[in-house]
Amino acid sequence: MIEQRPDAATAKQELVGKYPSKLAKKRGQQMVANKIEDGGVVPEVLANSRTAPGIITQRGCTYAGCKGVILGPTRDIVNITHGPIGCGFYSWLTRRNMTDPGPDGENYMLYSFSSDLHENEIVFGGEKKLEAAVREAYELFHPKAISVFSTCPVGLIGDDVHAVARKMKEELGINVFGFSCEGYKGVSQSAGHHIANNQVFKHIVGLDDQVRGQKKFRVNLLGEYNIGGDAFEIEELFKRCGFELVATFSGNSTYGQFANAQTADLNMVMCHRSINYVAEMMEKKYGIPWIKVNFVSANATAKSLIKMAEYFEDAELLARTKAICEEELAKVEVMRKKYAARTHGKSVVLFVGGSRAHHYQELFKELEMKVLAAGYEFAHRDDYEGRKVLPTIKVDADSRNIEELHVEKDEALYRAYLSERKERLESEGYTFSDYAGMMPEMDTDSLVIDDISSYETEKLIELWKPDVFCAGIKEKYVIQKMGIPCKQLHNYDVGGPYNAFRGAVNFYRDIDRMANSPVWKLTLASWQEESVESASPVLEPALA
Amino acid sequence: MRKIAIYGKGGIGKSTTTQNTVAALAEMGKKVMVVGCDPKADSTRLLLGGLAQKTVLDTLREEGEDVELDDVLKPGYKNTLCTESGGPEPGVGCAGRGIITSINLLEQLGAYAETQQLDYTFYDVLGDVVCGGFAMPIREGKAQEIYIVCSGEMMAMYAANNICKGIVKFAEAGGVRLGGLICNSRKTDREDELIMELARKLGTQMIHFVPRHNDVQRAEINKKTVIEWNPQAEQADEYRKLARKIDENKMFVIPTPIAIEELEALLMEFGLAA
Repeated sequence: MIEQRPDAATAKQELVGKYPSKLAKKRGQQMVANKIEDGGVVPEVLANSRTAPGIITQRGCTYAGCKGVILGPTRDIVNITHGPIGCGFYSWLTRRNMTDPGPDGENYMLYSFSSDLHENEIVFGGEKKLEAAVREAYELFHPKAISVFSTCPVGLIGDDVHAVARKMKEELGINVFGFSCEGYKGVSQSAGHHIANNQVFKHIVGLDDQVRGQKKFRVNLLGEYNIGGDAFEIEELFKRCGFELVATFSGNSTYGQFANAQTADLNMVMCHRSINYVAEMMEKKYGIPWIKVNFVSANATAKSLIKMAEYFEDAELLARTKAICEEELAKVEVMRKKYAARTHGKSVVLFVGGSRAHHYQELFKELEMKVLAAGYEFAHRDDYEGRKVLPTIKVDADSRNIEELHVEKDEALYRAYLSERKERLESEGYTFSDYAGMMPEMDTDSLVIDDISSYETEKLIELWKPDVFCAGIKEKYVIQKMGIPCKQLHNYDVGGPYNAFRGAVNFYRDIDRMANSPVWKLTLASWQEESVESASPVLEPALA
Repeated sequence: MRKIAIYGKGGIGKSTTTQNTVAALAEMGKKVMVVGCDPKADSTRLLLGGLAQKTVLDTLREEGEDVELDDVLKPGYKNTLCTESGGPEPGVGCAGRGIITSINLLEQLGAYAETQQLDYTFYDVLGDVVCGGFAMPIREGKAQEIYIVCSGEMMAMYAANNICKGIVKFAEAGGVRLGGLICNSRKTDREDELIMELARKLGTQMIHFVPRHNDVQRAEINKKTVIEWNPQAEQADEYRKLARKIDENKMFVIPTPIAIEELEALLMEFGLAA
């Protein structure tokens, strides 16, 4: 910890100071000192904009967003990567999505399927090899569905994955569908999320109309990916409160859940960036309203559960939910106090995801730590400033490149009573279809940085020396070599679950261990230590 | 060994001109290899007396790694060596990548080795420079000289100008130079003057004006070059002249492509005069 940190505006000048003027101007728009004015109005931040060439970005590709993030956590769809083997291999199990293999044990997440394109297919076309791969996967596993993901070369040589999917669907009699999610599309993995949303909605949602389980309090959870077992914690709470979880998109999910999702009465959006498209489309087509929830942190979990219960206007459900929250919050509070005593006043920065950098701030608040700066890798302006800015977001060519599905009301399945309930509740002050964004909940003068670069990461550490840095695997070891512990918020390192009540306590413990570990003070090489000149020569610095 | 690439608008007569010129060079006692860089694989038909049995890419696909030079390099008229890179059917895969693969394989197999004692390698390349693959023969020093086949027709000149832009791009890195324009006559108005003026503007020369003659068509039907089909034909002498000019050529330039307006003005000046 350092005595006096330069303020956000000064830090920003330092971060862009070394850039050529054109780049400095652009990065300057992607970096703002937060300021909250009346009505939650925050400064505009440039987001979802191309990364300048030469910048070492945190971002991933469209294929990664489509296959890895959205479809990756579903266990019983065989996901085939159509491309050279590297794309399939390096997107294999890297997110630590967990799953319950269920009574049927059908779980293909442990496999990596690829059409394994070679030079020959690049020259002569890869459609035949893809057909063979789909056929082989079917013969081996007889899955309910097979999906095909396009990688960069597939787009370049023009293989028609959708035509192959249609042909194989006909031949095999199971659902086969493709994704045009070539890595180079869009400005980040965000494009891949959108493409995944579109195809899941188009090819799966609505295929199964049978109402199973209990007939009331039916919900879908959108944008939860069961990293480190998060979904298990949430599912257990839903069960205790009395909600019937129809489908999760897509932590611990199955093909059957997606197909049945339109039978839910409420959609809850957790990761707004990756999944709001499905929520919007389901509301248009089936009349299912959506609300924003957050199960990261104890308080946010309680708030979300109670909001869910309020939607159903059922006194018993609400009372039970409130009682459970009260009971759990009391348990968490004991642990929170213990850990917060050790983390109080420490600082943190978060640069990750398209929602995570926001959601995890709640946990740090509970740990009484100060968030100095935060930013997303692939979010859009609405994730920073709130959905109120949606009408003012400029739709650029990169966004137009991604298909926007035209969705109409399904006259047979549209449930008008849901939209009527929405209207009634809205008049009573209940908010639907809204996300306030990250910035209105951050301190004034904290720094918001979109698409932070490797250089800026290092510079920020030099300037502010935060006690904990939250990012991903690409950043982790660079940060740790600078003597700052880095918590991966994509895959939780080896930790988790961090969601809901028990998850919050896990997080408190893990952050306390990082922030208070003496090991970070020992990361200096012997020649970097001030005392080294006066010390007698030793082979290794003594451990304090 | 001189390495020459022939470019030009599709259908302008690149393959015919190349093979007839190669036949003339072979007559002069030169050892020449022709590398066809067109997925249609018809760049060596006249020298071989029919289409090549198997292209480099077909062979690579069927034989896997066990490819010998003899499998893909066939002897043609007067000991010329002929090979076709081949490629996918129209509408699938990537023909450009195929050419890259094929040329790399030929290099690995030693097609260009000293022991081959080649005087010339000719690359006959499909159409315009459409993508990186078709630029392969002029990248990385593979071909050192380029001749562009054109005519007095607007689009042929337009293509020639575009190809010059491609040459400029690779001239510095790969050392490739333009050797001249070959005018394959379409009998348009003042065609020779027009192409000479275009050549001047591009900073190069019209190396030869090949007049139009039906013997070319007659020889083609017989799967032969004019030189083989009727060595006494007037047209055969035209190709001999072209071959000699190329053999003696000393003018190698980085071209200066012109603006489209300038090209149009050129046509107004020459093309419309009766």
